[in-house]
Amino acid sequence: MTSAVSLQTVSRHFGAVKALDEVDLEVGEGEFFAMLGPSGSGKTTCLRLIAGFEQPTAGQIRIFGEAVEGVPPYRRNVNTVFQDYALFPHMNVRENVEFSLMLKKVDKPTRAREAEAALELVKLGGYGDRRPGQLSGGQRQRVALARAIVSRPKVLLLDEPLGALDLKLREQMQDELKALQKTLGITFIFVTHDQGEALSMADRVAVFNFGKLVQVGTPEAIYRQPNSRFVADFVGSSNVLEPEFVETIAGERRWASLRPEAIHLLRGEGGHSALIGTVVSRSYLGATTRVGIALGETVLHAVVASGTDEPAEGDRVTIGFAREALHLMENAG
Amino acid sequence: MSAVAATAASAILPNQRGWLGALSDHFWRQPKLLVFLLVLPALLWLGIVYVGSLFALLLQSFFSIDEFSGLINYEFTLKTYAELLRPQNLDVILRTVTMAGAVTLASALIAFPIAYMAARYARGKWKALFYLGIMLPLWASYLVKVYAWKLILAKEGILNWVFEQLHLTPVLDAWLSLPVIGGNSLSISYTGTFLVFLYVWMPYMILPIQAAIERVPTNLLDASSDLGATPMQTFWKVIFPLALPGIVAGSIFTFSLTLGDYIIPQIIGTSAFFIGQAVYAHQGTAGNIPLAAAFTVVPIVIMGLYLWMARRMGAFDAL
Repeated sequence: MTSAVSLQTVSRHFGAVKALDEVDLEVGEGEFFAMLGPSGSGKTTCLRLIAGFEQPTAGQIRIFGEAVEGVPPYRRNVNTVFQDYALFPHMNVRENVEFSLMLKKVDKPTRAREAEAALELVKLGGYGDRRPGQLSGGQRQRVALARAIVSRPKVLLLDEPLGALDLKLREQMQDELKALQKTLGITFIFVTHDQGEALSMADRVAVFNFGKLVQVGTPEAIYRQPNSRFVADFVGSSNVLEPEFVETIAGERRWASLRPEAIHLLRGEGGHSALIGTVVSRSYLGATTRVGIALGETVLHAVVASGTDEPAEGDRVTIGFAREALHLMENAG
Repeated sequence: MSAVAATAASAILPNQRGWLGALSDHFWRQPKLLVFLLVLPALLWLGIVYVGSLFALLLQSFFSIDEFSGLINYEFTLKTYAELLRPQNLDVILRTVTMAGAVTLASALIAFPIAYMAARYARGKWKALFYLGIMLPLWASYLVKVYAWKLILAKEGILNWVFEQLHLTPVLDAWLSLPVIGGNSLSISYTGTFLVFLYVWMPYMILPIQAAIERVPTNLLDASSDLGATPMQTFWKVIFPLALPGIVAGSIFTFSLTLGDYIIPQIIGTSAFFIGQAVYAHQGTAGNIPLAAAFTVVPIVIMGLYLWMARRMGAFDAL
């Protein structure tokens, strides 16, 4: 795998604030890569470093093998789709999309043709004469996308591109972005705080917290084998079990995670499991129901299919799960 | 349950403010009535006092003066406008418009970097200092400033002295020996008039440009750079077009203020008339109100044309 973007112990400190701290990262060519983390975790700083808006305080960034230290953003063949789109308000949609071609002194007819093609790619063909102010949020997002891909950059950076859209539109755009990335074959690096988005779209996910890279892996690996309490908790609201509790069920004194859907519940106190608890909460989520069960001090969450005689609050239930479902974590952090 | 909650058991809270409360309720149900009442005084002022007097002025310019009796003839005629187009009057108009144009251009050129620095780089304490620096001259009396400039520009003034100390007197003399813009000393030349206009109206150019640049989001500059624009290209393709409404607003101030001023050219510069002085002379000693009115129509027409052109050129597209 050719490396499209590589970070070698890259740090970006603002005074005492370590926005990004000693991050090592490799993004492969043609990969759809997600950077996931809560706000202030360093994921956006990481993106801005790759785009060239910020310079690392330490470490080295390479784009397709070339060190980009001291290379200004306008000389990097990397384009960005900004969180709030950053469309030029004094230009119409076509002029916005043509902007990078205009700077490259591409002749007018070619420019217009390429811009229209890019707009068609994002399903906005024929919108060239409109002003950004006349478009809806979703349409502006598409224009920003068309503007960023029209000159075929080597890497496309997307900063929370779907953050401002409503749920329905977001799901639709997720599919379209995925398809677009396949069509173009460009490396996409995508910043999001939405774990669902990261898992559903990306080939690989990097999870950030407090400026540190916590875990990198495929969505399955991140979801099934989180390496820390933070990842387990942040990606898919897993049950994070304390070492004392884990010792009683697995015999090892380590932190562990247990996915809510891996738990099955039996009515009453039967079965061979020693884990018996009381239902303390129940929330209906449509296809599934999320049930909170108190086992002494610990509260576990289970997700069960709705309409299958889910237990009610106050019911005594026995908890069962496969031993493999209990994931012991390497890192206590 | 607390006592308060028990007494206010009704789903609708009682009106405790008497007729004021009732009035509030009424305005809440009829928001347009409130807006109308709030706007009415301003509308009356603008409509009657402001536009009305402007209209009366315009009307005056269509009357004429009887050259023998000096009495105003209240019959509609274009005679006064024909008089306005006489060479000596055209001369006044041309002189004033050229001066206003030069002052506007120069103040835009000087104001832009200052406004840019203030909008992009000055923060906190420095920003306050910037505003103070720009506004402070506005607090001093206009006449005091103009007379101060007369002393600065005089032959025995500090500016001459500075040139002398720097051994640059020949440069100054060469400048003053130029036709039209030169003169015996700076204080009685067009150059002097120009410099004082430039100084006096500068804040009116800086503030709107600064406000316009401040409104340009930083991420547009990032986006421009990201898409391959060098800082120079970003300036011309993004910052400048977005600052243009501010430049137009500032130029409206500097241009119209210069067009209408009659004090600066009277104190500093040559004895040749500017529009303001012509208006002053005609409505005062000469008693030729119609010609004075016709003169005042000139700046109005010029500003109208200027705004129309600015609009055509897309200066307000981003608004």
